[in-house]
Amino acid sequence: MARKASNTRKAVVTIAAWSIGFLIFFPILWIIILGFKSEGDAIKTPLQVLFSSWTLDSYYDVQARSNYARHFWNSVILSVGSTVLALAIAIPAAWSMAFVPGKRTKDLLMWMLSTKMMPAVGVLVPMYLLFRDFGLLDSRIGLVGVLTLINLPIVVWMLYTYFKEIPGEILEAARMDGASLKSEILYVLTPMAVPGIASTMLLNIILAWNEAFWTLQLTTSQAAPLTQFIASYSSPEGLFYAKLSAASTMAIAPILILGWFSQKQLVRGLTFGAVK
Amino acid sequence: MTLTLRALLGATVSLTLAGATMAETTITVATVNNGDMIRMQGLMDDFYAKNPDIKVEWVTLEENVLRQRVTTDIATKGGQFDVLTIGTYEVPIWGKQGWLVSLNDLPAEYDVDDLLPAIRGGLTVDGELFAAPFYGESSMVMYRKDLMEAAGLTMPDAPTWDEIKTAAAAMTDKSAEQYGICLRGKAGWGENMAFLTAMSNSYGARWFDENWKPQFDSEAWKATLTDYLALMNDYGPPGAANNGFNENLSLFQQGKCGMWIDATVAASFVTNPTDSSVADKVGFALAPDTGKGKRGNWLWAWSLGIPAGTQKVDAAKAFVAWATSKEYLEVVAAKEGWANVPPGTRASLYANPEYQKVPFAQMTLDSINSANPNEPTVDPVPYVGVQFVAIPEFQGLGTAVGQQFSAALAGTMTAEAALAAAQTLVTTEMTRSGYIK
Amino acid sequence: MATAHSRTAARLMLSPAVILLLLWMIVPLGMTLYFSFLRYNLLMPGMETFVGFENYYYFVNQPAFWSALSNTLILVLGVLCITVVGGILLALLLDQPFWGQGIVRVLVIAPFFVMPTVSALVWKNMFMNPVNGMFAHMAKSLGLQPFDFLSHAPLASIILIVAWQWLPFATLILLTALQSLDREQQEAAEMDGAGWLPRFVYLTVPHLTRSITVVILIQTIFLLSVFAEILVTTNGGPGTASTNLTYLVYAQSLLNYDVGGGSAGGIIAVILANIVAIFLMRMIGKNLEA
Repeated sequence: MARKASNTRKAVVTIAAWSIGFLIFFPILWIIILGFKSEGDAIKTPLQVLFSSWTLDSYYDVQARSNYARHFWNSVILSVGSTVLALAIAIPAAWSMAFVPGKRTKDLLMWMLSTKMMPAVGVLVPMYLLFRDFGLLDSRIGLVGVLTLINLPIVVWMLYTYFKEIPGEILEAARMDGASLKSEILYVLTPMAVPGIASTMLLNIILAWNEAFWTLQLTTSQAAPLTQFIASYSSPEGLFYAKLSAASTMAIAPILILGWFSQKQLVRGLTFGAVK
Repeated sequence: MTLTLRALLGATVSLTLAGATMAETTITVATVNNGDMIRMQGLMDDFYAKNPDIKVEWVTLEENVLRQRVTTDIATKGGQFDVLTIGTYEVPIWGKQGWLVSLNDLPAEYDVDDLLPAIRGGLTVDGELFAAPFYGESSMVMYRKDLMEAAGLTMPDAPTWDEIKTAAAAMTDKSAEQYGICLRGKAGWGENMAFLTAMSNSYGARWFDENWKPQFDSEAWKATLTDYLALMNDYGPPGAANNGFNENLSLFQQGKCGMWIDATVAASFVTNPTDSSVADKVGFALAPDTGKGKRGNWLWAWSLGIPAGTQKVDAAKAFVAWATSKEYLEVVAAKEGWANVPPGTRASLYANPEYQKVPFAQMTLDSINSANPNEPTVDPVPYVGVQFVAIPEFQGLGTAVGQQFSAALAGTMTAEAALAAAQTLVTTEMTRSGYIK
Repeated sequence: MATAHSRTAARLMLSPAVILLLLWMIVPLGMTLYFSFLRYNLLMPGMETFVGFENYYYFVNQPAFWSALSNTLILVLGVLCITVVGGILLALLLDQPFWGQGIVRVLVIAPFFVMPTVSALVWKNMFMNPVNGMFAHMAKSLGLQPFDFLSHAPLASIILIVAWQWLPFATLILLTALQSLDREQQEAAEMDGAGWLPRFVYLTVPHLTRSITVVILIQTIFLLSVFAEILVTTNGGPGTASTNLTYLVYAQSLLNYDVGGGSAGGIIAVILANIVAIFLMRMIGKNLEA
C-alpha cells in the first residue's frame, strides 16, 4: 500500500522533473535541431522547422570553412592549461589559509574575489599594449596566464572551503607521525580533497572554455579557441541560423559531454563548505 | 594530377629554389564573415597557383568584433594583421593618420581607372588610394511586384517618399502578417543611423553645418524622423526597433515585407530561390527622394587595406591586387555564376553583357553612381561620407544618436524628445572634442 | 598551535597567489588609472594631454550614467531572485527520487555550458523575436497579440536570458547542499507531526543559508559584468533602457574609442564593485564563518 503510494509519487515527480528539465534544455535542443536544417528552413515557424527535411549541409560548410580541429585544441589547451596552473598556485595558498589562518585571511579572500569585478572592457587597451610589448599577442602562453589569473580567486576560494572541512586532527596525526609539509599536502590532504579539487577543476574548465572576451581580443589565428570559431558564424550578412547552430553545437558538444560524464563529480564537489 | 600540371609544379618548385630569398611568406588577413569573403576563401587555389610562395591565414569575424579588433590593433601598432578588411568610414581617417600603405603603385594591369569613381573617391585621401574595394554597395528599394500589382500600383524607377508611403499603405495587411515596409530600427551607427542619415540627406537635412554645429534641431531632421516613425508605426513589422539587416532580410525572404530599403547586396539574397520564398517576385527601384536633389541611398565599400608597419608589404599587395582584380571576378563567375561575383567595384563588370543579364545589376550601378560621399547633402557640410561622418568621433556619436531614435521607434520617447536628446549629446561631445570653438 | 615554522611555510605558499593577483590588479589597473586622467582617443594617438578629472566629470554627468547604475542593480538583483528562488524549488524537486535522475540533471545543468553569445543569439532570434520567435507563435496560436520583448521589456528580457544561464549553477549548489541534509532529523520531525512547511522553514532553509550565500556571492561577481548578452540582444537600448555599467564602459572605450573616458568609467566600475563587495560581506559575510 505504502509502496504503491510512493510509486505514484515517484511517477508524479518524474513527470514534473522531466518536463522542467526538458523546458530548460529546450533552447539547446533547438540549436542542435537547427544545425541539421537548411538555412531557408531554419527561419520558418517551429512546426515547419520540425517537419522540414534534415541535412548535414551546415556541418559540411562549417567543416570546409574553418579549421575546427585547431580551434578545438586551442580551447582544450587553454582551458586545461589555465586550470592546472591555477590549481598549482591555489592549492598551497588555500592550504595555508585553511590551516594556518591569520587575522586577515578573510579580508585577503574577499580582496582576491574583488579582483574579479574589474570590468574587462575597461582594461582592454592597457592589456593589449602589455601583450604587444611582451610579444604575447596570439600566443597560448599569454592567454593561459590571463585565464589563470581571471579564475584564480574562485579556485582559491573553492579549495579553501573544502580544506576547511577536513578535520585538523588528521593533519595533526600525520604531523605526529613525522610527515613533512610536502608529504602532508601530497599524501594526506590532497586525497581527502579529491572530490573538491575535481569539481573545482571542472567548474574552472567550463568557465575558461566559455570565456569570450579575452580569448577573442588577444588572439588572431594561432592561439584562437572556439570562441573565435563562433564569432565567425554569428551575424553575417545573410541567413546564418543553421550554420551558427551547427557551429555552436560543435563548440558546446565537447563541454556538454564532459559535463555529462562528470556530473556526479560536479554535484558532489560543489559544496563550498556547506556540507558538514 | 596531369602530366603538364606536374611539370608546371616542378618548374615552379625549381624556380622557387632558384631564388634564394623566395621563402614562403604567410600573411594574416582579417575579414568580415559576409558571403563574398567566405566565397573567396574557397577560391584561393587560383591565388596559390599564381603566388606559390605566399600562404594566407584567414581570421574571419563578425563585423562588429572585426572592426573593434582591427582598430585596436592598428591604433596600438600591435602588428597582428597584414591585410585588413575595412570600410569607407575607416579608410579616410586611417589614411590621414598614416596607418595604411598607399596602393598607388599597383601594377598597370590592375587597371585602377576601371574602379567606379564614387567608390574610388571614397577610398582616396589626397590623391593616395589607401584601400582597394572588394565589393561596393549602395542602398535601394526592393519591393514585391506581385503585391504592388494586386494593389493596382506600379513602382516608378525613381520613387519619392510620398509614393513609398502610398505603396506601403496599400500593401499592409497586419492580420495576415503582411507589412508594407521593413526598415532598420536597431540602434547603431552602421544600423539604423546608416539608413536614417541617408534618408535625412534626401530631406535636405545634415549632421553638421559648416561650423560643425549639430543640426538635429532643424525642421528637415524633424520631418525625416516623423515620417520614418509614421511609416514604421503604421506599416512596419512589430519589434522593428531591434531589426537590423539580417532581421529584415529574413522577414523579406519569408514574404512578410512589401518593401525593404537596404543594401544593394541584399538583392542577391532575396532573389536566391534556395533561401527566399519570394525569389521571382522582387522588383528594384532607386532609393526615394523628396525632389530636393539628393536621394536617400548610401555608399559603402568593403575594402582591403594594408597596415603601415607590416613586414610583408609585397605579399600583402599581391594578395590585395588579386582579390580585387578583374580576373578574380572571372574566377568567381566561372565557378559560381555571374550573379555571385562581388558587385559594385569595377566599370568593366557592368559593361559585361553577361553581367547585364543579372536582374539587379543596372539598379545597383545606378544607385552607386547617384551617391556622392564628397557632397552628400543638399546644404554644404564640412565632412565626407553619405551615411556617416568621417571623423573618429562618429562611431560613438552615431550609436548614441541611434539609441535615441531607436527608443523613439520603440515608443518609449517622442520624436521631439529624441531629437532634442541627440542635439544635446552631439553638442556636448563636439564641444569636448574641440570642433565647436 | 601552529608553529612559527609552519607559519612561515604558510606565508610562503600563499605568496605566489597573492603576488600574482596583486600584479594582475595593479599593473592593468594602474595603467587604467593613468589613462583615466588623459584625453586619449585611440584613433588620435600622440595627442594625449593631461586633463585631470575631466573624464570622470563627463562619464558621471552623461544622462546614461544613472540609468546604467540602476540597470546594473536591477539586473543583478533580478537574476539573483530568479535563480535563488527557482534554484531552491528546482533543487527540492530534483532531490526527490524519480526515474532518470542523471539525465534530468544533465538537462538542467546544460545551459551553464553554453557560451553567452550563443545563448543570447538563440533567445533573441528564435524565442523573443515578435514575428518569427517561438513566443510569438505561441501567442498567435492562442489568438493573442505577440509581445515585443526586446523593445518593450528589454531589461526584463535580458534578466530572463541571464537567469536561464545561471539557474543551473544555483540549482547544482543548492542540490548538493540538500543532499547532505540530515534525513533522520527530517524523519523525526515528520514523526512528531511537523507539517511540510514548518519542516521546510525550520530545517531546510537554515541548512541552505550557507549555500545561498555562496550562490549570491559568486553570481554577483559575474552578474556585475554582464556584457555579451546585452551587446547581442539590445545594444543597450532602446535608448539606454538596458545599458548597464559594463556596457557603458564598452560604449565609451570601444565604440567611441575614448580610452580616457572608458578608463575613467572602468575605475568607477571597480570602485562601485568593491562597494558592493563590502556591502555583501557585511550583509551575509557572517554566514561564511566556518
